Amino acid sequence: NPFAGLVSHLRASWLSGKTRPMEYRVAQLEALGCFLDEKKQQILEATASDLGKAPFEAELSEIFLCKNELHETLNNLSHWMKDKHVDRTLAMQLDSAFIRKDPYGVVLIIAPWNYPIHLFLVPLIGAIAAGNCVIVKPSEVSKKTERLVAEALPGYLDKDCFAVVTGGVQETTRLLENKFDYIFFTGSSPVGRIIMTAAAKHLTPVTLELGGKNPCYVSDTCDVTNVARRVAWGRFFNAGQTCIAPDYLLCTIEMQEKLLPALREAINDFYGPNPRDSPDFGRIVNDKQFQRVQRLLGSGRVAIGGQTDEAERYIAPTVLVDVQPSDPVMQEEIFGPILPIVVISNMDEAIDFINSRERPLAVYAFSSNDKVVNQVLERTSSGGFCGNDTLMHVTLTSLPFGGIGNSGLGLHHGKFSFDTFSHHRGCLKRGMGWESLNAPRYPPYCKKKFGVIQATSKVSRKNDCTLL
Amino acid sequence: NPYAGLVSHLRASWLSGKTRPMEYRVAQLEALGRFLDDKKQEILEATELDMGKPSFEAFFSEILLCKNELNVTLNNLCQWMKDEYVDKNLVMQLDSAFIRKDPYGVVLIIAPWNYPIHLFLVPLIGAIAAGNCVIIKPSEISKNTERLVAETLSCYLDNDCFAVVTGGVPETTRLLENKFDYIFFTGSSPVGRIIMTAAAKHLTPVTLELGGKNPCYVSDTCDVTNVARRVAWGRFFNAGQTCIAPDYLLCTIEMQEKLMPALREAITEFFGPNPRESPDFGRIVNDKQFQRVQRLLGSGRVAIGGQTDEAERYIAPTVLADVLPSDPIMQEEVFGPILPIVVIANLDEAIDFINARPQPLAVYAFSCDSKIVNQVLERTSSGGFCGNDTLMHVALPSLPFGGIGNSGLGKYHGKFTFDTFSHPRGCLHRTMGLETLNTPRYPPYTQQKMGLFTTTFEVKRRGTCTLL
Repeated sequence: NPFAGLVSHLRASWLSGKTRPMEYRVAQLEALGCFLDEKKQQILEATASDLGKAPFEAELSEIFLCKNELHETLNNLSHWMKDKHVDRTLAMQLDSAFIRKDPYGVVLIIAPWNYPIHLFLVPLIGAIAAGNCVIVKPSEVSKKTERLVAEALPGYLDKDCFAVVTGGVQETTRLLENKFDYIFFTGSSPVGRIIMTAAAKHLTPVTLELGGKNPCYVSDTCDVTNVARRVAWGRFFNAGQTCIAPDYLLCTIEMQEKLLPALREAINDFYGPNPRDSPDFGRIVNDKQFQRVQRLLGSGRVAIGGQTDEAERYIAPTVLVDVQPSDPVMQEEIFGPILPIVVISNMDEAIDFINSRERPLAVYAFSSNDKVVNQVLERTSSGGFCGNDTLMHVTLTSLPFGGIGNSGLGLHHGKFSFDTFSHHRGCLKRGMGWESLNAPRYPPYCKKKFGVIQATSKVSRKNDCTLL
Repeated sequence: NPYAGLVSHLRASWLSGKTRPMEYRVAQLEALGRFLDDKKQEILEATELDMGKPSFEAFFSEILLCKNELNVTLNNLCQWMKDEYVDKNLVMQLDSAFIRKDPYGVVLIIAPWNYPIHLFLVPLIGAIAAGNCVIIKPSEISKNTERLVAETLSCYLDNDCFAVVTGGVPETTRLLENKFDYIFFTGSSPVGRIIMTAAAKHLTPVTLELGGKNPCYVSDTCDVTNVARRVAWGRFFNAGQTCIAPDYLLCTIEMQEKLMPALREAITEFFGPNPRESPDFGRIVNDKQFQRVQRLLGSGRVAIGGQTDEAERYIAPTVLADVLPSDPIMQEEVFGPILPIVVIANLDEAIDFINARPQPLAVYAFSCDSKIVNQVLERTSSGGFCGNDTLMHVALPSLPFGGIGNSGLGKYHGKFTFDTFSHPRGCLHRTMGLETLNTPRYPPYTQQKMGLFTTTFEVKRRGTCTLL
């Protein structure tokens, strides 16, 4: 296996204990910060080349949000690393009972192309913080960024413990034949299944950040202008190539009539009369994706946009109406700058529509009436939820980010990344003496002994408490 | 598929929202408590028939520990169920940011035969507490307990939401073809791989509580009498059929010489001069396991015990000396009342020995010198750890219980069970108004907007802190 040598080199480094001291981890994390600072310009250029990513968007998603995660981790690492002492029973009052955060060992992070720095770097922060060695496999689809990472990142990190591997499906398949101690994958659900099946051979725990069709319900009571802006922003950021983008809108026919002019105005405000000329609107990453997304324009009726340019891989910010649940645009995750509107009669219908489909990464609900937002939250199931906005819930490092069902398993961001890449080891340290405390548990068994065991280790039922 | 109807019935019940209210969950959990109280005698009899489990041991492991978990859960459920509010950045001060604990849906719990009530009931407590519907698959090997559970449990729980399925490998395979929203498996590592592979097809998250060879290091500085009693107790409890039992001992030749008479004395104290006549010593569960364990007696030299009786499936509490790493007994989990001693020269050799093998469920270290205990903890990797005792770390509901590597993935007990069966959903609820707060993020992009955005969203690096 072409990667066996690399994996065993990293495993030897991990077994040597090199990554355990906090000072080591902090040094590697600070080096990651230097990478983001010193290579900022190259990152902006590479992502602009790969997906026409607007520098503002690249700076925000690939640099700024990553630095937030880095700072959050550096600010709290010593606290997160500490043994966590836990409650003890009567019999264990003299003992030490705590949770030790152990690294897993050698971690594999596989990243996709849409946020090609962020989606390997944020998990990498957690993996390093937790004391692991890491192999990073950036996406071969975002070619310029892949080359930048492969050439530049090793210059910042300890080569004994961290490596970048490049390649496509074949190389990844061979890489996965090796035993890893944790695999973190961001990408599509079908590939997620392949990753988990490969992981199962080695009983390797996984986090899978996958995708889905994130519904966006807009109730009849809302500020149409604000809704249009927030939805348009979330849909067209990165030319729609965002796993948590609002994928389709659910609203009544009356709301659709109000939303369309508001959406038209928002798009105009953002990108001008011809978005193709705007420096702030991205492009589709490659021809295959371009053709896939372009095909979806055939669903329903184009109400806004719809223009394309194959040479530039440009698809205009588009809104489709008269979309049927059976249309092609409703059969797959769009991952492009198209917003279909599906008309429903009321909130119950919207909720049933959402619940009859695979659980998405995010559910969005817009309403001036908090009860409506809460209903949608209560009665649906998704990775995450945002009321009255899109995307923003994932910018808070204190909220866990992850999917459920087809949209994934596991979570990360902030402390959750550290926890993801740590094994929580339950530890009990007892005294060598005090053997008389143990006598009741030994044979020969008798009722009296049992009475003592019960008295010292029993957990009693407390009085009822009410859910506040 | 013979189970498709059952699974979809439970899924419909879950989608109806029946399991969501706290009152419902409390009622089901209290019913489980009544099951343990009403059926206590039947449980003791069934486990005695299945593996000669002494009543004291059955009461402790199958009733008392389960009731403790039940009470911890009932005492804390309303706290655990509450939305957990999280830190917000400057921009979100007026928003609501919290983690909502959502159920997964339909959960499958597959239990083994060695603690046949405990190992389905403790996960079941967490699954119910978290609001799921559950299918329980008890082991077909512990036949009497299987029948008891299949016939009586359904009288206590809501049949719309909870079911017991019986059968062997073919039935379990067909059951696994269905889509579950979480699978909790306790059993062997090879079967764990099969379970995870089946789960991967549906992207179903799993917890796998597997096995391994739990090493028990005894340093030269220790109270030999106490060590012998604690190790013998852990090894011979349930006739050795315990996933966290000390599987083999590592010590110097000098310590072996001291331990042998102490172990002999402990065994005599516990079980009398002829353990076969003791009511406090168990039997092997079936002929296949009996023959498997009996074969292991050929390794090394029998220093204590070694007697067997096939008709009773009795294997005497046995200690083997002169065991080599290549011996059969060192190639598989013993899961029987045999304690092999492997001689090593010193602590470093013991640690290397442990680290050269798959990560076990537990590592044990005995020493009067707490530095040595800490060294073993620091330099090895395992599911859990106990210093100066065996088994006891899992009796504390505040410690997580789970494996790593070959010994499993995921964890449970106490709140960790509730967390295992809940999806932590990151939620942000923003206001419909205050749109001006959002303008810095919208195109057209400018330096000024970036400045504003970063000021309000930035996580700054604080001054360094030292690891206490």
